[in-house]
Amino acid sequence: MAGGRIRARLKRSSLYTFGCIRPPPRESIDEPRQFQGPGFSRHVCCNQPGFHRKKPLKYCTNYISTTKYNVITFLPKALFEQFRRVANLYFLLAAALSLTPVSPFSPYSMIAPLIFVVGLSMAKEAVENWHRFMQDMKVNMRKVLVHSGDGVFVRKPWMKLEVGDVVKVEKDEFFPADLLFLSSSYEDGICYVETMNLDGETNLKVKRSLEVTLPLDDDASFKDFKATIKCEDPNPNLYTFVGNFEYDRQTYPLDPSQILLRDSKLRNTGHVYGVVIFSGHDSKVMQNATKPPSKRSTIEKQMDKIIYVLFTLLVLISLISSIGFAVKTKYQMPNWWYIPADDQGLYDPNKPSLSGFSHLITALILYGYLIPISLYVSIELVKVLQALFINQDIHMYDEETCTPAQARTSNLNEELGMVDTILSDKTGTLTCNQMDFLKCSIAGIPYGTRSSEVELAAASQMAMDLDESSRIGARSGPEIELEVVPKGVSCQNRIKGFSFEDNRLMNGNWVQEPNKDVILLFFRILALCHTAIPELNEETGMYNYEAESPDEGAFLVAAREFGFEYCKRTQSSIFVRERHIPSQEPIEREFKLLNILDFTSKRKRMSVIVQDETGQILLLCKGADSIIFDRLSKNGRLYEEATKKHLNEYAEAGLRTLAFAYRKLDISEYSSWNGEFSKAKTSIGGERDTMLEHLSDIMEKDLILVGATAVEDKLQQGVPQCIDKLAQAGLKLWVLTGDKMETAINIGFACSLLRQGMKQIRITTNVDHTSNMGIKENILMQITNASRMINLEKDPHAAFALIIDGKALTYALEDDLKHQFLDLAIECASVICCRVSPKQKALVTRLVKEGTGKTTLAIGDGANDVGMIQEADIGVGISGVEGMQAVMASDFAIAQFRFLERLLVVHGHWCYKRIAQMICYFFYKNIAFGLTLFYFEAFTGFSGQSVYDDWYMLLFNVVLTSLPVISLGVFEQDVSSEICLQFPALYQQGPRNLFFDWYRIFGWMGNGLYCSLIVFFLNIIIFYDQAFRSNGQTADMAVVGTVMFTCVIYSVNCQIALTMSHFTWIQHFLIGSSIITWYIFLILYGMLSPSLSGNVYQIFLEALSPAPIYWLSTLLVTVACNLPYLAHISFQRSFNPMDHHVIQEIKYYKKDVEDRHMWRREKSKARQDTKIGFSARVDAKIRHHLKFKLQKKSSPRAVSEPTPS
Amino acid sequence: MDASTRTKSRSKKPQYSRFTQQELPAWKPILTPKWIITSFVIIAILFTPTGLLCLWASERVVEIIDRYDDDCLPDSYSTDPDSFIQSNNTNKTCVRTLKVPRKMSAPIFIYYQLDNFYQNHRRYVKSRSDKQLRDPDEADETEDCKPINGNDDGPIVPCGLVAWSLFNDTYKFFKGNKAIDIDKKDIAWESDKKYKFGSNVYPKNFQKWELIGGGALDESKPLSEQEDLIVWMKTAALPTFRKLYGKINTDLEANETITVVIQNNYNTYVFGGEKKVALSTANWIGGKNDFFGISFLTIGGVCFFVAINFILLYVLKPRPLGDPSYLSWNRNQGAQ
Repeated sequence: MAGGRIRARLKRSSLYTFGCIRPPPRESIDEPRQFQGPGFSRHVCCNQPGFHRKKPLKYCTNYISTTKYNVITFLPKALFEQFRRVANLYFLLAAALSLTPVSPFSPYSMIAPLIFVVGLSMAKEAVENWHRFMQDMKVNMRKVLVHSGDGVFVRKPWMKLEVGDVVKVEKDEFFPADLLFLSSSYEDGICYVETMNLDGETNLKVKRSLEVTLPLDDDASFKDFKATIKCEDPNPNLYTFVGNFEYDRQTYPLDPSQILLRDSKLRNTGHVYGVVIFSGHDSKVMQNATKPPSKRSTIEKQMDKIIYVLFTLLVLISLISSIGFAVKTKYQMPNWWYIPADDQGLYDPNKPSLSGFSHLITALILYGYLIPISLYVSIELVKVLQALFINQDIHMYDEETCTPAQARTSNLNEELGMVDTILSDKTGTLTCNQMDFLKCSIAGIPYGTRSSEVELAAASQMAMDLDESSRIGARSGPEIELEVVPKGVSCQNRIKGFSFEDNRLMNGNWVQEPNKDVILLFFRILALCHTAIPELNEETGMYNYEAESPDEGAFLVAAREFGFEYCKRTQSSIFVRERHIPSQEPIEREFKLLNILDFTSKRKRMSVIVQDETGQILLLCKGADSIIFDRLSKNGRLYEEATKKHLNEYAEAGLRTLAFAYRKLDISEYSSWNGEFSKAKTSIGGERDTMLEHLSDIMEKDLILVGATAVEDKLQQGVPQCIDKLAQAGLKLWVLTGDKMETAINIGFACSLLRQGMKQIRITTNVDHTSNMGIKENILMQITNASRMINLEKDPHAAFALIIDGKALTYALEDDLKHQFLDLAIECASVICCRVSPKQKALVTRLVKEGTGKTTLAIGDGANDVGMIQEADIGVGISGVEGMQAVMASDFAIAQFRFLERLLVVHGHWCYKRIAQMICYFFYKNIAFGLTLFYFEAFTGFSGQSVYDDWYMLLFNVVLTSLPVISLGVFEQDVSSEICLQFPALYQQGPRNLFFDWYRIFGWMGNGLYCSLIVFFLNIIIFYDQAFRSNGQTADMAVVGTVMFTCVIYSVNCQIALTMSHFTWIQHFLIGSSIITWYIFLILYGMLSPSLSGNVYQIFLEALSPAPIYWLSTLLVTVACNLPYLAHISFQRSFNPMDHHVIQEIKYYKKDVEDRHMWRREKSKARQDTKIGFSARVDAKIRHHLKFKLQKKSSPRAVSEPTPS
Repeated sequence: MDASTRTKSRSKKPQYSRFTQQELPAWKPILTPKWIITSFVIIAILFTPTGLLCLWASERVVEIIDRYDDDCLPDSYSTDPDSFIQSNNTNKTCVRTLKVPRKMSAPIFIYYQLDNFYQNHRRYVKSRSDKQLRDPDEADETEDCKPINGNDDGPIVPCGLVAWSLFNDTYKFFKGNKAIDIDKKDIAWESDKKYKFGSNVYPKNFQKWELIGGGALDESKPLSEQEDLIVWMKTAALPTFRKLYGKINTDLEANETITVVIQNNYNTYVFGGEKKVALSTANWIGGKNDFFGISFLTIGGVCFFVAINFILLYVLKPRPLGDPSYLSWNRNQGAQ
């Protein structure tokens, strides 16, 4: 706390040159704004929440809810959702009609399965809704200090907050609602806010309270605080705010810099006081939240089409039946004396059309077995179980944040296996937003021995490939696993922000280096050229730094480690404890801080002007290398060449670089400049900034180069490897970031999305304004030029990268340009969009989704990614970080980007195949069963009589055939998870949709048709008219029905056994028990009293089981049904195998163990032709080497060729 | 506080189990050529003898079938069979002679066979009352039986179209002049007699209504003993069906001639159905059923054929198992 008070003494505003200066009061705009009427009706009575408990000032509470249903709306809404599915609606109709005499079945056999199926689906909805509710409650129950009267603040949950409440938010807490900023722990009423959750920007924003509320800086002062705010109504615009603050009978205007938005975070500030203006759903971030769109997977959409096909078939055969029935009734029934006409018109030869029509309804119900009633519910059940497996996957559990993966909606599991393009956020997703000082180049000498992650990854890949090529032809003896390349990372004594390792500089050894003066200067620049504030950590006695950007923090940590500990800052000085030799006591040196020339994205540099203890005035400057190199003096270019070389190396290693330079100033030169500068600083009006910039420009010239730094923008663990694998699996990766283009390109290198030798196409709006061409035409020209360049490219290995900034993107996303832009982007191996707004992220996602028609996946961690996550086919949120918006909007939440590989390549692949096979099988089995009913109709004069007992049919979908297919959908694995990861090329089976194309679907339907024909006709002929037992009885309808049903049960269950390739005890048990259940049911049902069992009474024990023909025909029909499929898969597998077949065989014969060389070779080959990822980088390097060698070899040959023979 | 949250969050870690990690030990069979050939050959080997066995069993069944509906219609009525069959005054006795082709050993089953008779028509099948058949107290349960449900005199027992249309042709068999005993006991299922047709339920008002359908019932016998009715009430699956009429418990020698005296009462003329009388022996396979054996032989043959084809193809174009050159990325390279 002591540190906080010290800092409070310090007026931060005076630290900053021009970024933070409070503009002098301008009378003209201090006039309170006059507004009234619609849109500006909000009236907040500060510190008097009581006024907001009744109308008209009653605003919504701070309770937020993202649930779909509540207790009351659940039943009607969920029912409505259920019956929006056309199949369920059909079954509802059928169930209703089953109460009328036209129904071929008893009502219970129609209603019971419907209730079961709909009930199960609704139960699932209820559970999911409950989870959502619990998540909301987690947010709602967060605690915040609220003024409860008499200057006492108590902790209350967020949901209890009301408009008008005064809250005290402490450091690193989230704001619970949209607040009016009253005062902070800083005297001048500023505070720092991290808005990453809102817009994804990582730099801190400064908020400034009104001058008039500054005295309200302790708890007690709120005892009698009263004020009124009149402002705009809730709206989703994050960057505007209009309102008036009435206090002490004065009115002050409010603007966005006094507003603290919900879900942003207080940083670098002890605490702030604020008044709740917008609460709960009125807050800007909630206003921004769109309703989560309900997403459906490609397979499910295709499944709907199949259902329509089946409905068509259903209607068709129903029409055939009813026409047949009408004809039979009209022409034949009058002769059937044993069937007199009835009086209801159902069987009336005089009214054949009426009879035919009523029969149409009967038939539509009867053949309903073509539509699998349990399909939806089975799929839902399977998906829930699959999701459970995803949640339980220990390999996707992040130890650091203790977060497991989470499938938040289960209905997109199989879509994970079909992804084509990944759109990724950068900060927080690919990178940790943490900088590590890794290398530096001082006076032309590179320091820092540790490799960046990119280098390590590429090196290990290189080692493997070289090892591979050298091994060809070599004996396959016992081999050493070379995949584990020793990593230079020693995890002990890691200091956050500092990964530098080089003994030449550490522990004071630098004094022995030849250029120790330059090194000293370098370290001083590190320690002095910044705007950070130190904070003593009392536990460790070390200083922590609160810097605006993580780079700066890394520099200060590095300086500290080198022995230049920045320890204190006053209004005019910076204190550094220098310790040139470790044994020495540190000397505290004071540097007079004369000026700070601030960093802006336009200047790309910052400088400080300091005076050291000897009175020497120095300008210390750090900035982007290109900028610094332009400003070097003639004699300052001593190390330019060497440094440039190092900078290139660093960039290739994916590091962020800055160049350091200095300039010695004469006192006279400085004071004349300073006079102008101070004048400019206090000037008023729009000229001010330009003037300041101009003056800085004058000062920052004739610099002398000292060196350069390389900072690693710490990637999330395993990101390069994951990107490489995903690229090998054939996935495309787009990076959409709010960051600057340079940063984005650096990360592109770090992630191996970019590499040297890749042609970068940059589309920007940085046009010289002299040309009178419109910006849009310019962008169009850039796009067409780039496309032409790609088309003209001959080298098949050439790779292009598209880098586009946000402004250019606004134009590129317009309707007339977007297709050209998309075409160009598709041609490029990697696409990086920088400086994009959340809205643009969503628009780009939509463009890719709709433009390519392929499945897109968006991954991000912040609120700025919500739009993109919701827009993409699959949204993945990074969980375990503080903000929840991305996770709340996502379909899947994982803790680390690297888990995406497992999520897609393992779970996606499995789920896709499982669901695809499961649906195919479902249609097969229902066609096989349903059509037998139709054939039988033709033999009953189309009267609508079913050959099966009602109970058989009821149990068919729900009990007798459902569990094995669920086990297929949950447990099937074509290859194990390791193989999925080792052979990423297998993933392409999903995006190519090899398992759910129409060819395959119709194949399965054809199989079902064949099966129904075999089951029906074989049995009908076998049990035609003769006795079926030795004691002479002939088969009646119940016998024929039971035999046929037995055959159906056997056939479909054997079929699923043939379909599966992975049998655990569960599959064995479920398939076996399905068949056994049928017999048990038959025996038990037959033992019920005849009033319940009817014709089936005692049928199995008395009539069927003693008859050998019953058992033999079961065998015959089952074999006959499955024979074509067996032959098909036999031939296909043996002569035209798919990849997973071959891999299964290799595994089965343990060839991977015997011939490890082959196994590794295949593993490395099993990838898509990729142009990104470090594998591509290594390939490019190898190609480069080969070309070089070839040129060497071929040149002498070229000479020898023309010699006459 | 910190420790408690940590233990709390640690509990979020998924528990390792082979089940949750989808690593349960599994049997992963692969259709290798060995398996393929073995399975097809096994089916062939299993099915061919079974087929032969069934054919042989079917061959041993001796069957005599005689269609009599046309021949038992006197020529004078050939244009108007209806008036013949519906009149009470016409002589419906008809004599047929049958020749025994091979020795038939007892028991010999006597069947009547009807054709084009929709006993499986939904309206017909539903028109019965099982409750009434079982329990005398539920005689009024005739809702499903309309229009054959009864009138002011009380309910019909057994009601409904099925019972009402009871088959009523009768057969008498003679060897020379000597009548052959027909055993009409135990032609119905035991469970039907015991549990579905009550031993204390007697026919009432049956066929006493204005429209007379088929045969009448002896009102002094309980339904459980009316085996003809019980057999008839078990509705057939197809419009062509055979039903058991009785049994002959003596052997019939080859080439013996048997005379059948038929009372041709049942009206099939109006809907053009055939009537046949059939004598058949039965063994474990039931009656004569060549199709069954032939099916087995066909499947066996097909499997054999597939196996041969597979072997031939495999010899011509063998694929070593687990040969990586068949992986798609290797094949594509070859194509390039």
